[in-house]
Amino acid sequence: MSGPSTYKPSTGIEKWLDSRLPIIRLGYDSFVDFPTPRNLNYWWTFGGILAVFLMIQIISGIVLAMHYVAHEDYAFDSVQRITRDVPFGWLIQSMHANGASFFFVAVYLHMFRGLYYGSYKAPREILWILGVVIYLLMMATAFMGYVLPWGQMSYWGAMVITNLIGALPFVGDAIREWLWGGFSVGQATLNRFFSLHYLLPFVIAGVVGLHIWALHVPGNGNPAGLEIKDPKKDALPFHPYYTVKDGFAIIVYLMVFATFVFYMPGVLGHADNYIEADPLVTPAHIVPEWYFLPFYAILRAVTFDIGPIDAKLGGVLAMFGAIAILFVLPWLDTSKVRSMRYRPLTRWFFIFFVIAALGLGWCGAKNPDDPVPLLGFKFVYLAQFLTLYYFAYFVVILPVLGIIEKPKDRPASIEASVLGNDKS
Amino acid sequence: MMTRIFAAAALALGLSAGASALEGDAHAPEKHEWEHNGPFGTYDDHAVQRGFQIYQEVCASCHSMDLMRFRNLGQRGGPFEAEGFPNPNDNPVVMQIAASYQVQDGPNDDGDMFMRPGLPSDAFPAPFENEQQARVSNGGAYPPDLSLIVKARGGGADYIRSLLLGYEEAPEDAHLSPGQYYNAYFEGGAIAMAPPLAEGIVSYADGTEATVEQMAEDVVTFLTWAGDPHMEARKQMGIMVLMYLFIFAILVYLAYRQIWANVKH
Repeated sequence: MSGPSTYKPSTGIEKWLDSRLPIIRLGYDSFVDFPTPRNLNYWWTFGGILAVFLMIQIISGIVLAMHYVAHEDYAFDSVQRITRDVPFGWLIQSMHANGASFFFVAVYLHMFRGLYYGSYKAPREILWILGVVIYLLMMATAFMGYVLPWGQMSYWGAMVITNLIGALPFVGDAIREWLWGGFSVGQATLNRFFSLHYLLPFVIAGVVGLHIWALHVPGNGNPAGLEIKDPKKDALPFHPYYTVKDGFAIIVYLMVFATFVFYMPGVLGHADNYIEADPLVTPAHIVPEWYFLPFYAILRAVTFDIGPIDAKLGGVLAMFGAIAILFVLPWLDTSKVRSMRYRPLTRWFFIFFVIAALGLGWCGAKNPDDPVPLLGFKFVYLAQFLTLYYFAYFVVILPVLGIIEKPKDRPASIEASVLGNDKS
Repeated sequence: MMTRIFAAAALALGLSAGASALEGDAHAPEKHEWEHNGPFGTYDDHAVQRGFQIYQEVCASCHSMDLMRFRNLGQRGGPFEAEGFPNPNDNPVVMQIAASYQVQDGPNDDGDMFMRPGLPSDAFPAPFENEQQARVSNGGAYPPDLSLIVKARGGGADYIRSLLLGYEEAPEDAHLSPGQYYNAYFEGGAIAMAPPLAEGIVSYADGTEATVEQMAEDVVTFLTWAGDPHMEARKQMGIMVLMYLFIFAILVYLAYRQIWANVKH
């Protein structure tokens, strides 16, 4: 979307630099003068929020790594030492642990935004795929980060997840041992998880760079689902219009974050993780962090063999499939209409998709054999139904509705959508 | 109040895994009004001091507190924090408490280990040399370390208090092995810890009457402090941070209104 650069170096040093490394020009064109649709709502602020949280996690994480000891005998105590004896260690540790949760809240809202407003559609397929790559990297990073405090849930969560790899036929056991660096989760596993947990955030930062690059070629999508035709009428410069709007959203989000960091730092964690890892004692309920619960529910929803695929492998395939399917989403949705504002039927299926995703999270937190309140049947059946809907949304509902649905009339331009002139 | 609303919302969404830890046949812990609850709650220093006395005279015969140092008692937010002693290692009360223990040190220049009076920098001494010794002395059960016990149990302070007060006559269908006691708040009901508190088992230095209820409240307050010693600093800073962000948000919102004033969007 960036047109010809409007950057004019004003001082001598800027002119000198601009003819050698036009980095100020890049920043100016990308974050100051960048033409941004004038109709973006607050759902578009989560990109900025995510950038802030990536920085919070990296900076707090670097400080924590200065005090952390990646050893199975000392890891647990070293995290406690950080919260007790390191100056402001309690603050940094709480920011990092809760920051992960807030990072995921923001990424889920960002993704739902993309699903609702069709942000994955041409010409933004690569932009969307890079986003899914970031999400996958975030999950790997968060999973390994949760192992580092070496509490009971750290250890047994790592045990459950790495054991999933063992479900792969023929090569599963070999790959699992290779991941562990031994015959169980142990010192070698902890050490390599620490190394990778430090590495991956920088990989994420790199892919975020690509994500923004891919964003700045076609420019932002927007609630009307229309492209910018005339930048003078349809768009506003990113600064100051969106720096101030994103800035406000970031501060409000930080207030919610601060409420957790300062007043309920442990509420999103699990009591068992204040008990040091013990390979001989299995916790009564092994549950992952909340942001993995929907996928945990999908994993456990497959309780039956499918032909040669046994239930365990089936669950693993379904869980990874639930993320893999996002990669091909741009080619599954057959509708040319981006925004669900103009898709009266699909938006209802989308709303139920959000409910299904939350419902799967609920199932993931519960014992599969317990009855669902009010409904009376077991949670595993609810999880199976919602899993079915999750996949049906992508492989049946979106492809079919794109063909049979009659979209509402769309405004002629972004400007027209803003001025309320809905007739084209 | 905010805390409770958020916690309730988190529970309702099934986000708080603590909920699942409370499942099972054990009684739900009895809610108690703690002085340290809520966004402005602070520790009752006298209760923490009395609780420390209970720990010393009762709990410490079986339970370690490996993460605690004597100096923690005199640090900012600690029960024996004193004006004029910003460094808790100089705090006379803390030095006196530490010196009442004999601690092994060494080796000295002759290669021998030796005993010396404790220093504020020393850890709380553990009652047993190792886990095996602890088990052998406790009928096979391992008394857990108490440094984080309030955080490490679903239900937290309410649960520990309920457990301490929850000993009762075993029902007909309870299966108790020798050396086990019945406690309705304990998962499964059979607990290896004998009822630890009894009327007058300690005589409080500050003259408070040592009822079982009082002792349970005091020792749980002490354990809560031990697990979360910087809670007061955390809450104080939280108010400042939230006020700062709130004012900042208003200013940025006004700037936003100003900048967008003439733009249809």
